[in-house]
Parts: sequence; C-alpha cells; structure tokens
Amino acid sequence: MKVALFVPCYVDQFYPQAAVATLELLEKLGCEVHYPKNQTCCGQPMANSGYEHLTGGCNNLFIDNFAGYDYIVCPSGSCTLHIKEHLHSHENEDKAIEIRKRIFELTEFLVDILQVKSLKASFPYKVGMHQSCHGLRGLRISQMTELVAPPFSKPAQLLGLVKGLELVPLSRADDCCGFGGTFCVVEEAVSSKMGKDRVDDHIEHGAQYITSADLSCLMHLEGILRRQNSSVKVIHVAEILNHSI
Amino acid sequence: MSSTATKDHPQLAAIFNRDEPRVDWHDETLWWVRAKRDIAAHKLPEWELLRETASQIKNNVLSNLSTYLEQFEANAINNGIIVHWAANAEEHNKIIYTLLEKRGISRMVKSKSMLTEECHLNEYLLKQGIDVIDSDLGERIVQLAGEPPSHIVLPCIHKKKEEIGDIFHEHLGSAKGESDPKILTETARQHLREVFLTRRAALTGVNFAIAETGEFVICTNEGNADMGAHLAEIHIASMGIEKIIPERKHLGVFLRLLTRSATGQPITTYSSHFSKPQDGKEIHVVIVDNGRSIQLGREDFRNSLKCIRCGACMNTCPVYRKSGGHSYHTAVAGPIGSILAPNLDMEKYADLPFASTLCGSCSNVCPVKIDIHDQLYKWRQVIVKAGYTPKAKTLAMKGMAFTLSSPMIYRAAGKMGRFTFKYAPFAVNNGANPWYKHREMPKAPEQSFGEWYAKRKENKK
Ligand code: SF4
Repeated sequence: MKVALFVPCYVDQFYPQAAVATLELLEKLGCEVHYPKNQTCCGQPMANSGYEHLTGGCNNLFIDNFAGYDYIVCPSGSCTLHIKEHLHSHENEDKAIEIRKRIFELTEFLVDILQVKSLKASFPYKVGMHQSCHGLRGLRISQMTELVAPPFSKPAQLLGLVKGLELVPLSRADDCCGFGGTFCVVEEAVSSKMGKDRVDDHIEHGAQYITSADLSCLMHLEGILRRQNSSVKVIHVAEILNHSI
Repeated sequence: MSSTATKDHPQLAAIFNRDEPRVDWHDETLWWVRAKRDIAAHKLPEWELLRETASQIKNNVLSNLSTYLEQFEANAINNGIIVHWAANAEEHNKIIYTLLEKRGISRMVKSKSMLTEECHLNEYLLKQGIDVIDSDLGERIVQLAGEPPSHIVLPCIHKKKEEIGDIFHEHLGSAKGESDPKILTETARQHLREVFLTRRAALTGVNFAIAETGEFVICTNEGNADMGAHLAEIHIASMGIEKIIPERKHLGVFLRLLTRSATGQPITTYSSHFSKPQDGKEIHVVIVDNGRSIQLGREDFRNSLKCIRCGACMNTCPVYRKSGGHSYHTAVAGPIGSILAPNLDMEKYADLPFASTLCGSCSNVCPVKIDIHDQLYKWRQVIVKAGYTPKAKTLAMKGMAFTLSSPMIYRAAGKMGRFTFKYAPFAVNNGANPWYKHREMPKAPEQSFGEWYAKRKENKK
C-alpha cells in the first residue's frame, strides 16, 4: 500500500514531531510511506479568508505532488477537509477528483482503512480530547452532539487502545476552541476567550495533556496555556499513538 | 444604535469582551438553552427524520413560491382577510401607516415580529406620531431600554434581572432595586394589560401561512399575540414571502421542531390560528419581499429562506455566545443573520460572514437543515470578489499565495520565519500582533519536518 504523507505547512514548520510520529506510526503498521518533498500547503488559509480564487497555484502544486498514490494521509482534519471539499484544477480536474477521494485524516485512515484493532502504545496520563470542528463536523470522525444519532469517535477509539491512558470527560464535549484560521487574529478578542474557556474545561477535569487530530487548534490552545504558565501540555494524537514507555 | 452603526463585528465583540464575567454569564445562559434543546431533541427518536421532512417541505415551497403565495392570497381573500403586497421595507411601513391613519389610530400594540425589526417599523411610525408598544415581555424590556433585540427568540437575553429591575423602576414605577423576576413579570403584566385593553390596532408577525387554507399561525409563549389581536378592531399581520407552507398537515412537522429547537419546550404555549375576522373587525396580511426574491435568485444562498426563526443556531454558536447579539449590528443576529444580512447590504454587512470559525454547529442544530456554515464560506468568496475587504488583507493573501505556490520560496520563507521566531522574538511578540495579545507564539523548532526527512533519507542511504 503506497501512502503519501501530507504534512501541512504549519505542522512542517512548527510541529515537525507530530509529522515524525505520523510517519513512524504508519510505517509500524506496515505502510510504504512517501513524503513528496515539494509540498507546501493545502490553500485553506486563503480560501477560508475568501480568496479561494488565489489558490490555483497551491492546488496545482498539490496535484503534482500527490497524484498517483493509493492513499494520502494527513495529521490534520482541517487541511484534509479543505482538500476533500475544495481541491480543483482547470488543467487536471480528473486528478483532483481522484485525490479528493483518496485523502484521509490520520485517525480515520487508521480506523476505516487499516482497521487498527491494537497498538503497542502506552501513555500513562490523563488526557482531554479536543474535538476539532473540521474533523468532527466536516469529516465526521466522531459523532456530533447536535445530532440524534448513535455516538462514536475514531480518535477516542484509538486512544482507548493506548495502555495507561485515561480520557477525561469534558463538560462541553465538542465546543469550538475559537482558532478558526484567520479568525484567530481578525477576531482576537472572541477567539482568545473561546480558547481560554476550552482550556478551562480540560483543566477542570484534571487533564494533564490536551490532544486533538488537529494541530491548528492545539497551537492556539498551547499559546493560551503557555501564557497562563500552565503545566498542561498539548500533544497531537499521532504522538500519543506512537508513544511507548 | 447609532454608536454601533460604524463599528464592525470584531470591534463590537471586543467591547463586549471587556467585561469577562458578563461574557461568561451570557455564554452559560445560552449554552443552557442549547442543552435543553439537546434533551428535547433526544427524546424524539425520529428527530433527524423530522428535520429532513421539514427541509424537503421548505425546498418544495422555495421552488414553487409564487404558486403557493397566490394560492394563499386567494384563500385568504375568500376567508375575508385583506391581503397587501410590499416589495420592500418602505412599502411595508407605508401600508401599515395608511391603515392606521385612515382610522385615526395613534397607538398600536405589537406582538414580536422580527420582520418589523428588519423594516424598522417602530422608528418609522414614531416619526409619524404613532406610538407602538411591544407586548412580548422581552421585546418590551429592550424597547424601554431603547435597544434593538439581541436574539430572535430571547430578545433581552443580554440583560441581567437587576438591569431589568432598573429599567422597570424608571419606566413602570416598580420599587427601586427590585429584581425578583416574579414581581417584575407581574409589573409588566399589569402595564401590558392596560395596553391591550386600550389599543384599537394590533400588529403580529406570522410563523406559518398555509396556502391550502388561507390561514396563518402565530406562536407565542405569553399569549400576547392573541390578546392584542382579539381585543383590537384591526389586526395587521406582517409576513415574509418565505413563511408559506403548502398544507395544514405540514404544520405538525414544524410545530414539533420549532420550540424544541428554540428553548427545548415540546410545543409553544400558544399556537394561534387566524383564518377569518370576527364580525365588525378586520384582518390584514402584508406580504413582504424586502430582498427575499433576490436571495431566492442566488443559488448558493437561497435556502437561507427556509429559516423558521427558532434561534437554535445562535444558542449553539460559540461566537454568538461570546460576542453578544448586538455585535452583529443587524436585526437578525448570529449565524443565520450573517448569511441573510449581506443580501440586504453587502458592504454594510461585509464583516458578518467572517464572524465565524466555520465550526459547523449551526448547520447541525438547524431544524430545517440550512447549510449555514457552507453559506458563510461562500459569502466570504462573494464579498472578497466584490471588493469589500481591506486592501492590506488582499495584499497579505496575494503574498501568501505566491509563497505557497513555490516549494523553493516556501522553504526559504519557512527558515526565515522560524529564525525570526527564535532569535528576534520582539519582531513578532509585540502589541501590534493580535495573536500575541492573548497567546504565546509557537516555539520554533530547530528544523522543519521537510529538513528532518531529507536528513533521514541521507542517513538511510
Ligand atoms: S437558521 Fe435554522 S437554526 Fe437558525 S434560526 Fe433559522 S431555522 Fe433556526
């Protein structure tokens, strides 16, 4: 199974350890992982700001890098969703469609495609799981609290396989953290208040770590935690699943 | 309102956020309503089917709007109702003024209607010397406070009971410092009773207009629409063209969804049907377009007209909860307001589709399944193309697109960026950086993943 690893720009630049964990985890699980080296960004920061028409260059670059693989796996729900919904190309629409069908967020890939039932991971800490909205409501990697439907959660299912890990319950299971791309700077007052409240929910329930399938949310929450000199840390779900003691 | 008119959502939200305990209180109050909605919805195993059915009925309505409107008109006229058509807010306001003026009526009682808020009817009538009293308790409170409603079903949700006590003390003569909700409600009751008994004209909104029967339905919890309409000699109902449903049997679907979504109640306390006037009295219906047919013609945005105004999208919206209804500077606030308002005035409301994280919760609570967050995304594209974005943002976006389209420039810029973060933190960690105001910047690692990967490959060789 030839899997291409898509590492979003901000993960590449600021959280390389999450991408390393993703790569190692996929290899442990028997995938042949390739990292197309000319990749940059999915184009979401522009598109969500209303500049989808400027994403042509990004899109074509993405297609050049990622066409022809069995699967494309990405440790970010938000970027995955953007590609799934908005990757287009005047020149290569066929390839774009193919990529849109073959791209997966890491936890959904592990659960749905690899059907992982056990992991050799241990992480003996209390962990709060932040459901990032794009993964949750866009990709449906978990059931949303708004819907009247049976509950499930792909990331929680995987975290359940990790030895020693205790998932703490939250008062608001899937409230947004307020990151929202450029929202975090354009609406800094509301954004940071939302982040503070999200962090508080985890802290009140005794979390030592906050994890998520999306580093963009974690980057925002980490910024708030560090400003508060909190001992609570953020960690990408791939790092936990790849962690052993 | 004039002080808010020139400020945009981020500015108004920042002002609201200066009082953090108030933000917490506002957020928790609305979350409590959202939680009640969840409990009510989960009691009905067929909830999602109901939503789907409602959505399909509304799709049918929007595809055949003119047919149903004409059918409604014909049946209403048959019932003895007088029907008026208004293309816009001015026409709507004029029709109502003329009806009152002809009878020499200078005081009118009103039951909550967001459409009259949208048309600024109260201000218009006041200028003509006509006094309007809002009879819904929440509406009356904000009216006395000289403010617009901040929420479509909970108009004064932004006010604490102590503040309401002060308003009542000033305007209705209740004791100073009185904040017991029971006593305040009784004060309002006595005051409104006098209003109902002495007003000759009553205006109500319309929740559902039934094409098949020519009747219309108004939902209130306080019975104030009934009180007003039954006691007055002329009842005027203002309805948007989208309020039509085809048949009476469809009503059950919407009535089951409406209050469960709004407040978690199984049904509104009063669902009042009006089909013909009592002897010697008149019922008038004013059917209003005011931009709706333009929205109907915008393919990406037309199904925003399916909205039944339950307010669920506001209660669940984390941005609404933490920025307050007035920050949206439009009659209908929150997620739904943000996709309706740009249709009325794209320049004035260019900020609203950006007042969202696109978390998508609104679309999932919406009882008629409006794809609200997708429409927010689409409005952003339309607004940018129409040129209503700050030049600096456009420039930044162009620079970003340029950098990200070239792997070489991207890698070089990444190195520079991380270098800046690490060795010159003051370059980014200052007051001009809106991120840094409340958050630390991410720590810059020694190397990017791309660099790590290249070395790993080298070592493996
Ligand atoms: S958009 Fe949907 S959730 Fe929001 S007020 Fe309208 S019907 Fe209710």
